[in-house]
Amino acid sequence: MIEYAISIKFMLAGYTVILAVLALYIISLLIRRRNLKRDLQTLKEIQKKVA
Amino acid sequence: MKPQPIVLKVLNVISVLLFLAALGMVFLYAPLEVTMNYVQKIFYFHIANAWVGMLGFIAAAVAGVVYLVKHDQKWDIVELAAVEISLVFFLIAIAAGSIWARPTWGAYWTWEPRLTTAAILEMVYIAYLLLRQGIDDPDRRARFSAVYTIVGAISVPITFMSIRLFRTIHPVVIGTNTSATTGSFDMTSKMLITMFFALFTFSVIFIDLFWHRIRLGQLAQQVEQLKLEELL
Repeated sequence: MIEYAISIKFMLAGYTVILAVLALYIISLLIRRRNLKRDLQTLKEIQKKVA
Repeated sequence: MKPQPIVLKVLNVISVLLFLAALGMVFLYAPLEVTMNYVQKIFYFHIANAWVGMLGFIAAAVAGVVYLVKHDQKWDIVELAAVEISLVFFLIAIAAGSIWARPTWGAYWTWEPRLTTAAILEMVYIAYLLLRQGIDDPDRRARFSAVYTIVGAISVPITFMSIRLFRTIHPVVIGTNTSATTGSFDMTSKMLITMFFALFTFSVIFIDLFWHRIRLGQLAQQVEQLKLEELL
């Protein structure tokens, strides 16, 4: 039988990793979307100027 | 970029609510396992992440087949989205599993069949992302990626079946454990309900993130096209 203190420590570590990786991925999606939107805006402005 | 459809907005809310409900079920509803105690609670999210991870790799292979048939770039976007999200979920499954393994097996990692095939599966798809970046021509890149995901998908059933075909210490959830298995436990009905609820929750989260990643891919394609027009 695994000791309670050790068991709780590893359970918390496990859920911290799960939540952290998920959160990091969602943040990365948001950052990439923001950057792409900015790029799209800039490219459209350049196209307008050229036209 | 088109604004988020109302269905996607609803799906975002449902995903968050389901995630909170799944956490609640794991910690408040599912009973404590006698031998492993609290660390066994990792099981519910570990298995759910592995499930959606594998599901996504299969979805990527299906998208690859459709691309080869239709030669439409939108299927390349779908395929890439499926691989990327599956990599994240499968990484979580491996990391959480290895943390669970430390107090149960006495080691974070052991080169037994399930862990080895899972590590190979993850690396196969990391290589997919790296190799894709090396191809500039969108059509060639999409064709290569489609073939790669179809061939790569062979590692999914191998990983799934590894604990059923070989002598391993990794427990079998549905099926019979071998004498070498360490860390298996008898599932009560409450544990089973929690497991299926977690599987459902992560399936919904997967669909939600998949949709967002496809939209991101469409935006990236738009930017890439405009850049090409600028060069011409």
